[in-house]
Amino acid sequence: MRSIAKPRVWESFFWPVVAAALLLAVWHYSVVFTGTKVFPSPTSVQTGVGELLQKHVLWADIGDSLRRVALGFGAAVLIGIPVGLWLGWSAAANQVVNPVLQILRPISPIAWIPVAIIFFGVGDRAAIFLVFLASFFPIVLACVSGVSSVSPVLRSAGRNLGLSTPQLLRRVIFPAALPQILVGVRLALGIAWVVVVAGEMIAVDSGLGYLVIDSRNSGKRYDLVVAAMLMIGIIGLALDFSVRRVERIKSVRWGFRDAS
Amino acid sequence: MEFFGGLVSTAQPVVNAAGAGQKLRIQNLSMVFERDGESVSALEDINLDVSEGEFVCIVGPSGCGKSTLLNVLAGFLSSTKGSVTIDGEAVSGPDPRRILVFQERGVFPWLTVEGNIGFGLSKLPRAKREERIAHYVQTVRLQGFEKAYPSDLSGGMKQRLQVARALAVNPDILYLDEPFGALDSITRVIMRGELMRIWQTERRTILFVTHDIDEAVQMADRVVVLSSRPARIKDILTVDIPHPRNISSPRYLELRDELLKQIGLAYEI
Repeated sequence: MRSIAKPRVWESFFWPVVAAALLLAVWHYSVVFTGTKVFPSPTSVQTGVGELLQKHVLWADIGDSLRRVALGFGAAVLIGIPVGLWLGWSAAANQVVNPVLQILRPISPIAWIPVAIIFFGVGDRAAIFLVFLASFFPIVLACVSGVSSVSPVLRSAGRNLGLSTPQLLRRVIFPAALPQILVGVRLALGIAWVVVVAGEMIAVDSGLGYLVIDSRNSGKRYDLVVAAMLMIGIIGLALDFSVRRVERIKSVRWGFRDAS
Repeated sequence: MEFFGGLVSTAQPVVNAAGAGQKLRIQNLSMVFERDGESVSALEDINLDVSEGEFVCIVGPSGCGKSTLLNVLAGFLSSTKGSVTIDGEAVSGPDPRRILVFQERGVFPWLTVEGNIGFGLSKLPRAKREERIAHYVQTVRLQGFEKAYPSDLSGGMKQRLQVARALAVNPDILYLDEPFGALDSITRVIMRGELMRIWQTERRTILFVTHDIDEAVQMADRVVVLSSRPARIKDILTVDIPHPRNISSPRYLELRDELLKQIGLAYEI
């Protein structure tokens, strides 16, 4: 019965800690028993993190990665939401654009790396472009499906209360589709974070992705590789957590429950 | 079918007891839908005059086209034939002067009670708007819930909120499309009382679609009985019982039986 019920407060901290400790133990003893010289143990990763922090490269790399995500993802939000609302609203526009969208969408952003480098050269702008591409499609598609699933009753109610089409879009369609748009935004941010690391491995010479590849290339420092990977995971988690907070705001919370 | 047509003509001249000016006129209204290349007739030759301040219930078997009729009257659908005029002006589209209240999920879930009631009032100056909101919060008895979101309200409260949002834009006609249909039977009875109270203080013209016979006889000045699809007017009954109505009086039961018979229901289960 308790598995359905809400876990107690101590349990919600205790069991995750146990799981993490177990994982660390498995990792540690696997390294010890196999006697590997290449793969680092948890303790050497810990000293690796310390070393990165001391040399101040870690903060600079984190800052660079976050900046690229902020710019690329931010642009995707600013352009993707209006475009998505428009495509969702206008059946004609959607009919024209949808085939192109459907062809571009399944292309991995990674496959765009060579194209990005042709357009922007090796540097910041190439990485930002990749992040933009990666987040743009999920946002647009979430908007389109969000708009098309707005209840006709709410549209009628808005019209009945005297709204013109632009007012209806702003005051009914957008807020009604917002929960679904936020799901797309959250998905897009997750992909953006994955893609920025991949992009930094090839297109630039700073950021967490670069840190991973550089640590391997310059002296096979796998302790630093794993340390950087851990940072990527933690920051990704923090980003996702922050979007989840937005979903709790009262004016969108209705869309994340069964009842409305 | 011809027989019903005959009934319509005899029922036509009935005017409500209040004797007020004419508000809504429906003339020779027909509605045909195109569905999968076939034409389906939903409404057939509807003729009805509604007076200012009158409460008219429209009853009929489910799926007969009652909602279609309201949607035409509210301007959401345009008729295939015939005309709808309000104060002599043809209805050409949705208009805040006549508001349609839906059966459920009609309130905006991202807005509070206040936000919903004030939705159609954005043109008013702030002070006036807040005054209007406060008034209609009172009218539908939602005091204390001004800052609540619809997800925190019960079904009955949500319907009261929809009525308040409709009244707030000061419409002269309210169209209610089975507004209590999704509520439990106890709440439904309470809501009828609330609606009667609001109608008597606000004095709007009301067209109320329902498939509940009791609801119709308890509230309406006149009850319009529609046939099954395509909907034609079978009969129009005048409910000549003063408010508040005693629902066990002989006249009430007589009218109720008459309506049940009109709809073609046996009243023994």
